[in-house]
Amino acid sequence: MSKYKWLVPTLYIAFLMLPIYWLLNMSFKTTNEILGAFTLWPQDFTVENYVTIFTDPTWYNGYFNSITYVVLNASISVTVALPAAYAFSRYRFLGDKHLFFWLLTNRMAPPAVFALPFFQLYSAVGLFDTPFAVALAHGLFNIPLAVWILEGFMSGVPKELDETAYVDGYSFWRFFIRIFLPTIAAGIGVALFFAFMFSWVELLLAKTLTSVAAKPIAATMTRTASTAGYELGLLAAAGTLTIVPGAFVIYFVRNYIAKGFALGRV
Amino acid sequence: MAAKTTNQKAWFFIIPVIALVAFNALIPLMTVVNYSVQETFGNNVFFWEGVKWFEQVLHSPRFHASLLRQFAFTFIILAIEIPFGVAVALSMPRQGPWVSVCLVLMALPLLIPWNVVGAMWNIFALPDIGFLGRVINGMGIDYNFTQQPVAAWFTTILMDVWHWTSLVVLLAYAGLRSIPDAFYQAAKIDGAKPWAVFRYIQLPKLKRVLTIAVLLRFMDSFMIYTEPFVLTGGGPGNSTTFLSIDLVKIALGQFDLGPAAAMSLIYFLIVLLLCWVFYTLMMKDEEQ
Amino acid sequence: MSTITLKDLRHSYMANPATDADWALKKMSVEWSDGGAYALLGPSGCGKTTLLNIISGLLAPSEGSVWFGDDDVTHIPPDRRNIAQVFQFPVVYDTMSVYDNLAFPLRNRGIAEADVDKKVREIATMIDLDAMLFDRASGLTADGKQKISLGRGLVRSDVNVIMFDEPLTVIDPHLKWVLRSKLKELHQKVGSTMIYVTHDQTEALTFADQVVVMHDGTVVQIGTPVELFEKPQHTFVGHFIGSPGMNVLPCQLDSGKPIFAGQVVETEGGVSAPDGTMALELGVRPEFVSFAKEGIPVDVVKVSDAGRYSVVETRHGESHIKLLVREGESVPADNVHVRLDPAHTQVYADGWIVS
Repeated sequence: MSKYKWLVPTLYIAFLMLPIYWLLNMSFKTTNEILGAFTLWPQDFTVENYVTIFTDPTWYNGYFNSITYVVLNASISVTVALPAAYAFSRYRFLGDKHLFFWLLTNRMAPPAVFALPFFQLYSAVGLFDTPFAVALAHGLFNIPLAVWILEGFMSGVPKELDETAYVDGYSFWRFFIRIFLPTIAAGIGVALFFAFMFSWVELLLAKTLTSVAAKPIAATMTRTASTAGYELGLLAAAGTLTIVPGAFVIYFVRNYIAKGFALGRV
Repeated sequence: MAAKTTNQKAWFFIIPVIALVAFNALIPLMTVVNYSVQETFGNNVFFWEGVKWFEQVLHSPRFHASLLRQFAFTFIILAIEIPFGVAVALSMPRQGPWVSVCLVLMALPLLIPWNVVGAMWNIFALPDIGFLGRVINGMGIDYNFTQQPVAAWFTTILMDVWHWTSLVVLLAYAGLRSIPDAFYQAAKIDGAKPWAVFRYIQLPKLKRVLTIAVLLRFMDSFMIYTEPFVLTGGGPGNSTTFLSIDLVKIALGQFDLGPAAAMSLIYFLIVLLLCWVFYTLMMKDEEQ
Repeated sequence: MSTITLKDLRHSYMANPATDADWALKKMSVEWSDGGAYALLGPSGCGKTTLLNIISGLLAPSEGSVWFGDDDVTHIPPDRRNIAQVFQFPVVYDTMSVYDNLAFPLRNRGIAEADVDKKVREIATMIDLDAMLFDRASGLTADGKQKISLGRGLVRSDVNVIMFDEPLTVIDPHLKWVLRSKLKELHQKVGSTMIYVTHDQTEALTFADQVVVMHDGTVVQIGTPVELFEKPQHTFVGHFIGSPGMNVLPCQLDSGKPIFAGQVVETEGGVSAPDGTMALELGVRPEFVSFAKEGIPVDVVKVSDAGRYSVVETRHGESHIKLLVREGESVPADNVHVRLDPAHTQVYADGWIVS
């Protein structure tokens, strides 16, 4: 039995790759071929769809917009989460447990519930259609998540480290930045990864909070599907390109993901 | 672990987080609460309505239908993804170069924007140009998810299994890796069969990560919006209109702010309540 | 029950071992007699655990064979070898009670429930777990868990050998000796062969009748604690066992007599070094060095008080010689000489004893 064990992950990965392959396949076809014939690989191979995306600003700006708010969100979330996670992992204070739980409940809030009020809130403060709006809004679930992940990693660092540093005459912030942060570098990596991931994949809020200037690539795709007829090849090429950043990020953090997951804090 | 010291100044560390999350959570929540008890005809004129919208939502057959669909969907995908994910994790190599390959490829679906997931599956499953649609129809089964509710459900569930099983796999795999070799060796010496190894070593050690997996998959599937919306648009008819899709239809489509707000609060409370129930049940079990 | 024989055993974790260093275990043949209490002693990374896993069958050796009595078991899986093993970190089945843990190996072998019950209760009494037989195993302390691990080996009446892989690592210091004497007692009661792996010489010397000392993948000496102390077969044994360890001094050979510091050092019997010897050394334990009127001239470097005796460190040129001085005896101040006891001074060629 164990001889055929490798079949399970292999078949599973094949199942995962099939739709992705299909998307890739479509992206290299002309519209005529897509609608005219059913082919397992492009007969009339074309990179036309990709050329369109890289030359048309409404397309490539979408990528810039998405990446801008994702990077903003990941840095804001992790930066504010670091001191908070430290406080939760090291100190007891009035209302700490309730606060921690309240933070986590925000991870349980359906984005659909917040779509409309967010639209009104960010319009009122004048941030509507800017990357900041999306970056801040995604903080709703990413900040609690970052606190949760970092707290897990920090609790694994013995308190003696802090005490030794103080005995050695380090001030708090110097200790925190010079000694503590490097110690939990893996945790910061994992937290950044998940912040990146959830901000990159979310669309409902990103779409609601932008119209033209900060429109994310994913939203550009939905518009194309509805207005410009059914340009499936173009859609497939755009979709394929959205997979690339994710693939990159996973590749770089592949050795840390397992560790993050081992803590069970996602 | 040394005991934590009491230090009220720790609050200062938390202020930035609280400020940001409160801005994002409390103000919108107040808005929702505000809408949920009032009626408006535009122009910022509001009338007090009390609990009318709540009563209306709670008695509405439409809400009941969405809620029922939501529960059915969540239950089905949990019943598939959790055992399937554990099975894949169990059969993964424990070390060697293939581990990284498996992890990277398996994590890939998790990093694809949700609407792209929907669009990808739309293209993949369409009966005329999609691979899946062609194959199923080629087997003599009439399959068209844009027309048949059963096909739409099948496709949505398959898509979710495709999208999220890896999360369970990664969690379970990390849990399995944390089991020291000595446990497997002891079991070998004790003459345990593979089933006994799973039942008495692996499953108990996986309990913690599986708790997290169930909780996460419950939460996220209960809030699902983008993928089915792009795939089926909630159709055919209302057959795949889950809670979030219905809510957005009412709020942004029909602009019925009062009922939408009341529904939002009920929805949020259901998620919170169920998470709390899950959490306490599992924690109670752990304490024993 | 039977003798365990390792024939021309060799093991490497690499697919194609090339140099000597690639072998985790270098070629060895060892015999473990039935019912013996053995300790396998050596520093971390010397191959103890590898050897243990080969005997238990968790690992198949690259070369050579393992025999239990007259049966070649080299490729027989652990569950059919009639062995039991207690690991460094306690292994218990968390969800089961203590009782079910002890019953587990028997139930897996399809033994009737009535016999299981009898045996489990008998063993539980033997290892003092009868009071908590129906508690959940996960709730026990580390020493309790190690007792369960041991118990799972003891319940099986067919066990040839019980192996311990540094079993006291996670046990509180004050409980270590309790468990150790319990083990000794059990060995006498049960009579099965026991092999106890450790890097702690106190544990090894108090538990075992025979100590197998390993170094760098090689068995350097098998002997009783007294033999290891009085006649180390390898300078490593001299170093590793005893505190402080044996003095090792470079020497030359002149017509069958070792020369150190320009003087002939008396030893018992003549000495001849094998051809091609690279390094020749004298080995003598600090216990067998004493101050004398004449002999090897030295300077006293340091005196450290160790209770009933003092450890005196002296120096001749580049060589340091330690000796023990009993409480009350004085350390001479100048014109100091030391004498090595001829009955306990050995000559080593490239580490190995010669005579």
